Amino acid sequence: MKIFNVKKEIIENKKVSSNCYRMTFESKEIACRVKPGQFLHIKCSDTYDPLLRRPISVHSIENNIIGILYKVIGRGTGLLSKKTSGDPIDVIGPLGNGFDYQLVSNCQLPILVGGGIGIAPLYFLAQRLVERGSNITVLIGASDKCNILCIDELKKLDCKVKVSTDDGSFGLRGTVIELLKKEISSTNSKLKLFVCGPVPMLKQVNQLVSKDNVSSQVSLERQMACGVGACMGCSIKIRNPKSEIRKNKMFDYKRVCKDGPVFDIKEVVWEDI
Amino acid sequence: MRQLSLDINIAGIKMKNPIITASGTFGYGLEYSQLIDIKKFGAIVTKTITLEPRIGNPQPRIVEVVGGMLNSIGLQNPGAKVFIEEKLPKLKEYGVPIIANISGSKEAEFVKLADLFKDIGLSGLELNISCPNVEHAGLFAQDADTTYKLVRKVRKVTSLPLIVKLTPNVTDITLIARAAEDGGADAISLINTLIGMSIDIQTKRPKLANVIGGLSGPAVKPVALRMVYEVSKKVRIPVIGMGGIMTSDDAIEFLLTGASAVAIGTANFVNPNTCCEIIEGIKTYMRDNKFNRMLDIIGQLR
Repeated sequence: MKIFNVKKEIIENKKVSSNCYRMTFESKEIACRVKPGQFLHIKCSDTYDPLLRRPISVHSIENNIIGILYKVIGRGTGLLSKKTSGDPIDVIGPLGNGFDYQLVSNCQLPILVGGGIGIAPLYFLAQRLVERGSNITVLIGASDKCNILCIDELKKLDCKVKVSTDDGSFGLRGTVIELLKKEISSTNSKLKLFVCGPVPMLKQVNQLVSKDNVSSQVSLERQMACGVGACMGCSIKIRNPKSEIRKNKMFDYKRVCKDGPVFDIKEVVWEDI
Repeated sequence: MRQLSLDINIAGIKMKNPIITASGTFGYGLEYSQLIDIKKFGAIVTKTITLEPRIGNPQPRIVEVVGGMLNSIGLQNPGAKVFIEEKLPKLKEYGVPIIANISGSKEAEFVKLADLFKDIGLSGLELNISCPNVEHAGLFAQDADTTYKLVRKVRKVTSLPLIVKLTPNVTDITLIARAAEDGGADAISLINTLIGMSIDIQTKRPKLANVIGGLSGPAVKPVALRMVYEVSKKVRIPVIGMGGIMTSDDAIEFLLTGASAVAIGTANFVNPNTCCEIIEGIKTYMRDNKFNRMLDIIGQLR
């Protein structure tokens, strides 16, 4: 898989909620190759501080226009949010493995579960699944009404969208886990989950699906240095009963940037995340 | 007017330019091959290889700091067998000298690895006796006598060019460099990372699971440069300089100070094209100064 380092002009960088932004730029090289769940490694600063790039998942592809949806967390994403239309952006991608959405069979019902900014890569996945003719349900969890992301865009794709908010200002009062519980109990179909969100949410999803044995893929976020699999900085514990390194431990360290960021939820050693 | 040449011969390793990848930042060369033209490099130094596979340290393993980063990877690697059977054949296809960086927790492991790596098509060995994230390994290069003995034992089993990588976390790096030279090293590479730490004031915990880690990136450059300066005056063998090199100007500083080649590490993460840009930058500097060959720059500090 070829990787590109492109320097492009920002088309738009718009605030979409209290602390989230949507940025677009054109890159034919990346757009025609990128798969849902893959990410870009983006340079936020022109100086040595902050030094490292920021891994941000691809949020949308329209023709050759790439969209990223990101939350301002620290100085890197803060600098990114200050960039405006016409500013240059230095991007490496597409990186990582992506979701295995092409393996969704006709008898499986895809459910996308996004907590907060975790909806970012799932919108791109929804785009691709809809193109394949899948009927999909998207569950969105947010803190409150003002921070629900992508709801209109998902509805435009004809997805079935269900929302939960922590404060009950929109949709179900509670978390996206409650929505998921209802979804699992109310259907006889075989489900296929695609999940992205904060770690505590992912751990709860894991507990839920391990009981019901629902096939689930999860997209993880980690601080990264190289982003291409060279430095081992983002490695996490992945179950491997045949681990050659520690036969008694039954796990290996796998790179989130190269072997992930998408993993089967059952593979991840959640107690160490 | 003679033609411009960046050729350099370091301890018998013939390189078309003095730009090398620093161990641990470039995997086994293959990870970056989709992104950059590896054939352009002077040499590739692999990520550290140990006799048996190593799982590495717990997470978090990296943390960003002002002007650099801390890492405590812990030498995660698939071991010598996988390197020889899977990584090396692919790496050889690039036609660039390959230097295997090797490490162990005991002298005998270094010796065994050096013996194992004798006739497999490598251009050289780099002994990592200075990783701050592994028990014992840092201790080798923190003691002149231990360094001397280890290098001497490895020297006996291999005729490959032997580069010894030193830690800056010592009182006098020149003593260790001299010990490595006396033990039979063909070249010295420095610096490995400086030991540092970073704390999350909200959780009141260290940001690295391993508490301390190795500092790299532009923040360490002045320290690295000073150590290259000191060591290159004290040893007769070539010095490979590294530590915070981000631009061709940085690289030229190291060359002027006495380094015969330079290695690029953390900069690759920020700009994968750094090595190629530095090669071009050195050419421009040479043209501007009417230099024809590397010896016009190396050690020409006034």
